Amino acid sequence: MLDQTDGYMTADGRQIGPVVMEMRNITLRFGGVEAIKDISFDIREGEVRAIIGPNGAGKSSMLNVISGFYVPQEGQVIYKGAPRPAMKPYQVARQGIARTFQNIALFEGMSVLDNVMTGRLTHMKTGMFAQAFWKGKAEREETENREVAEKIIDFLEIQAIRKTPVSRLPYGLKKRVELARALAAEPELLLLDEPMAGMNVEEKEDMSRFILSMNDEFGTTIALIEHDMGVVMDLSDRVVVMDYGKKIGDGTPDEVRNNQAVIDAYLGVAHD
Amino acid sequence: MPTDLLYGAEVLLNGLMAGVLYALVALGFVLIYKASGIFNYAQGVMALFAALTLVGIMEGQIPFSHLINATFGTNIHHFGWHVPAFAAIFLTMIVMVGFAILVQRLIFRHLVGQEPIILFMATIGLAYFLEGVGDLMWGSEIKKMAVGLPQGGSLWVEENTQWLGFGNEDFYGFFLDKLDMVATVIAIVLVLALVAFSQYTKQGRAMRAVADDHQAALSVGVSLNYIWILVWSVAGFVALVAGIIWGAKSGVQFSLSLIALKALPVLMLGGFTSIPGAIVGGLIIGVGEKLFEFSFGPMLGGATENWFAYVLALIFLVFRPQGLFGEKIIERV
Repeated sequence: MLDQTDGYMTADGRQIGPVVMEMRNITLRFGGVEAIKDISFDIREGEVRAIIGPNGAGKSSMLNVISGFYVPQEGQVIYKGAPRPAMKPYQVARQGIARTFQNIALFEGMSVLDNVMTGRLTHMKTGMFAQAFWKGKAEREETENREVAEKIIDFLEIQAIRKTPVSRLPYGLKKRVELARALAAEPELLLLDEPMAGMNVEEKEDMSRFILSMNDEFGTTIALIEHDMGVVMDLSDRVVVMDYGKKIGDGTPDEVRNNQAVIDAYLGVAHD
Repeated sequence: MPTDLLYGAEVLLNGLMAGVLYALVALGFVLIYKASGIFNYAQGVMALFAALTLVGIMEGQIPFSHLINATFGTNIHHFGWHVPAFAAIFLTMIVMVGFAILVQRLIFRHLVGQEPIILFMATIGLAYFLEGVGDLMWGSEIKKMAVGLPQGGSLWVEENTQWLGFGNEDFYGFFLDKLDMVATVIAIVLVLALVAFSQYTKQGRAMRAVADDHQAALSVGVSLNYIWILVWSVAGFVALVAGIIWGAKSGVQFSLSLIALKALPVLMLGGFTSIPGAIVGGLIIGVGEKLFEFSFGPMLGGATENWFAYVLALIFLVFRPQGLFGEKIIERV
């Protein structure tokens, strides 16, 4: 059993904390197809954890299990030391787990600011009638949430498009707005489903920078799926490798890079 | 000022007031359609049911009394008390929230992800079911909506606008119906409240989120079920207000459910997804049909109000199928 209190020190000197999320023997089936076969791994506080693997390996399914969009047939999800019962995605979100989607799921009809503000919904406590009759309290709450949203908009350098309707934005910026919305929830665990898919080199560099400084400045724990091997190796502290629904490797980028099973299954040919 | 122009102005005012009422009915449709993609055929029947329930509660009627009497051989009809209008409106609202919960729990929760036409069919079924339940609960006789709304023409407006004729003997001042005026004020307040609700409250924000993207809404912690119940409740409230106003105009009877048909051209004009569209669409139709009747009615044998709105909507459909404010339909290949 994993010790809940330990941690480790990264190569660049960041202290990684105890386990936040543990996946224990997860199996997920769609009809007769096993998308995930008996996989276990954990995510620790403050780390950048990557899930990699070829197409159809079950990476997105895994992210969907963590965020509650899929319910596994077998296995346990242990969040902050307690087994999590079967939950709806919105309940998972209220527990402090935010996410982005592979195909971008934004509120296209709203402005950038409004999109980021929806990320604050889980932090808005004032009830419907209190908002109508107790203006002061509702206004104070709105101001506080607004401040957090603006801080994140500044951080991700999207001030210039704050009031722009999302539907008018190019793809790369949409990805960034989606990240801003997820970050606005001040999540305990942030899940990114292919944050750099379809981006050009420059956009990828920007996104990498944001992910690293997010982790650095806010101490956000991040689990991400990514195809670009170079990016994954640079960004992440530990990597899970999946292939055909099975886990074939788990460790630091260096360990994974030198794992023969990973080289065979995923990288195909070793370049170095 | 020439008398014709003054009559025209009066017609315009009356058209604007009628338009606000059309907008009110159309709003009920827009709310549900935006949030869940359901075109709610039952919106008109909901207005009827709400009006029946309100009158029933006010008069202390025993619900299902016919059924009870037929089953147990009793002869009960009334509790023997009267509930004041304000309390009765509140109680009716509770009934409408209960209705919203039942509709979501028993019908639409099981139809998530189905084709729009299936959802539409479900609302047709719901409409006739609700009509039957309303009949069974409160009886089918025509009732009076006596919530204290004023009736008749406003003498005050007439006397205070007489000077506009500048001594013209034929002009007696504007004739405006008191009920229409009150209804307009109520409808405007309701529309403003709805807009404020959807723009500035947490639930309103969540509602807009659900209307825009289900997956994204879930990921920011919004419960779809809760929002759908909320939306049906708000639509129930809009139906109640519409039921009160139209019930006060023409009595609470089953033809009340046909006001929904008046909302259809408004929706085609304003777009099914736009709250401002419903308002502007309502006003255009209200003013348009009154002015058209005023200027061309005599030539065309009158009663143009019966069809004008639909023809206008048809013409609109040809040139702008998404409506005035509806989301533009762009197919990407």
